[in-house]
Amino acid sequence: MKLIVAMIRPEKLNDVLRALYKIDVRGFTTSKVEGHGAEAEVVQTYRGTTVKMTLNEKVRLEIGVSESFVEPTVEAIMSAARTGEVGDGKIFVLPLDKVYRIRTGEEDAAAVTPVPLSI
Amino acid sequence: MMRKTFTTLALFFVFSHMAWANPQEISSGDTAWMLLSAALVLLMTPALAFFYGGLVRSKNVLNTMSMSFSALGFVGVAWIAVGYTMAFGAGNLFLGDFNFAFFNNVTTAADNTGLGVGAITIPHLLFALYQGTFAIITAALISGAVVERMKFPAYIAFITLWAVLVYAPMAHWVWGGGIMAKIGDLIGGSFAGLFALDFAGGTVVHINAAVAAVVVALMVGPRKDYAKKAILPHNVPFVLLGAALLWLGWFGFNAGSAWASGELAAVAFVNTAVAPMATLVAWNLLDIFKKGHATAVGTATAIVVGLVAVTPAAGFVSTFNAILIGVIAAFPCYFAIEYRVRTKLDDSLDVLAAHGVGGFTGAILTGVFAQKTVNAAGLDGLLYGNPAQLVIQFVAILVAIVFSAVMTYLLVKLIGLVLPIRPNEKEEGLGMDITQHGEEAYTSGEGAILVLDSELQAAEASASVREFRPVLT
Repeated sequence: MKLIVAMIRPEKLNDVLRALYKIDVRGFTTSKVEGHGAEAEVVQTYRGTTVKMTLNEKVRLEIGVSESFVEPTVEAIMSAARTGEVGDGKIFVLPLDKVYRIRTGEEDAAAVTPVPLSI
Repeated sequence: MMRKTFTTLALFFVFSHMAWANPQEISSGDTAWMLLSAALVLLMTPALAFFYGGLVRSKNVLNTMSMSFSALGFVGVAWIAVGYTMAFGAGNLFLGDFNFAFFNNVTTAADNTGLGVGAITIPHLLFALYQGTFAIITAALISGAVVERMKFPAYIAFITLWAVLVYAPMAHWVWGGGIMAKIGDLIGGSFAGLFALDFAGGTVVHINAAVAAVVVALMVGPRKDYAKKAILPHNVPFVLLGAALLWLGWFGFNAGSAWASGELAAVAFVNTAVAPMATLVAWNLLDIFKKGHATAVGTATAIVVGLVAVTPAAGFVSTFNAILIGVIAAFPCYFAIEYRVRTKLDDSLDVLAAHGVGGFTGAILTGVFAQKTVNAAGLDGLLYGNPAQLVIQFVAILVAIVFSAVMTYLLVKLIGLVLPIRPNEKEEGLGMDITQHGEEAYTSGEGAILVLDSELQAAEASASVREFRPVLT
């Protein structure tokens, strides 16, 4: 099992969700985050005050998947979130020790969504 | 002041057999417009709350908006108690008398007996309240210079006393038959017969408030983050909403200052519409050329600047000249805002740059563009053969600046003896909403646990709850 953590452009979230649904990945958590990457800073002015915004808005996706879903999930996110410009984001794949489904107490591969067909 | 004479003259022709009799016959048209005008000017103070509230950080929005809203109560009551009579009672050259304290002797008749103004055609009671709405907005304007860092009780004490001791006397000088209404005669010589032209309060309201704002800002000191961290407006749509409502209310402020409905009100009304339009165009273009973008905060600021600048001129100038006033005012105000943020003066929401510089520009340009052909009860300005008017305008502004500055200084010193004025750094960091009001503007309620009555006593005793309770200590 792996935990896939992806930082993507907010305006690409809908595309990424559609790609994930297409490969039957239906269990994930999103959150709005801000971060700094390789992008150039945006300059804003408020009355006489000029500021550069050093943090860019991103959406963070967290998806726990069984081994067979790791590669399709990464590919789905990568192709749906890519624009080719600086600032497309990152995907991190982390080892995952244990998963519990709170409703039933099921564990590990039985607890991720979707449940892999092989078990 | 003279525009009342205009009304009186008009009435003289219509009701010549009873022109100077008191009370006048009530004009239902005038009364209808002034009822609406009073409500419109009252609306300007909540509008200002949105304008200022959007410009501050989210942790201070309730405090900033309360600074305007509470003025509705404290200044309003003070006005009814003593402010009105000190401003508009006949009195002497410097101050009204106390015949109308607590609105005593203020009747529903169109009766100017005991007042320092010309004949009125609306109920005296309505006139008295209409003037009160001016006192409220003027006092609230000052708050823009001290947002995010002033103890609320000290602020309330300040604006209440300021409205009575600074606004009321100055209103008396300009509108209540005081020194500025007779300034030409007081100087004498070739100035005899001239008086300061201030249709709706460029000097009394805007210059007065702006000078007070600078003095308080200097005495309270800059915010701890000023010029060190980026301090951004937390809700620009609020700023635009505030500007829109201010513009709406300003029709009552300027066109209502005809104290009647009719030709003069129409002139002032149209000028109140066109001057901010012109300022908006100039400001957006300045923004585009200087910054590359027409900013929304700039648009809102431009509307206010145009309104401020046309205020003293509204009933004295032609439509074309009102447009010129709007355009011209954009430049000094724009660059004043650009410059101010680079100084040590934390006039946080630019009361000086918008209301002071705008009010000054408007008052001077009134002395340039005023025309008797627009308002027979007014005076001609520089362009229409009366250069002396410019001197009168300057002297009136100077008197206003000195009086407002000295009185404001003394008042803040006085209040400082009794009440703490500045919160400590920790309180300022947490924000005025929590520390001064015990509330937050944008709270989801997550993590808020209900304290039952039975637990309250114990909670009061615990330091974590008590810490932010008493604003007075």
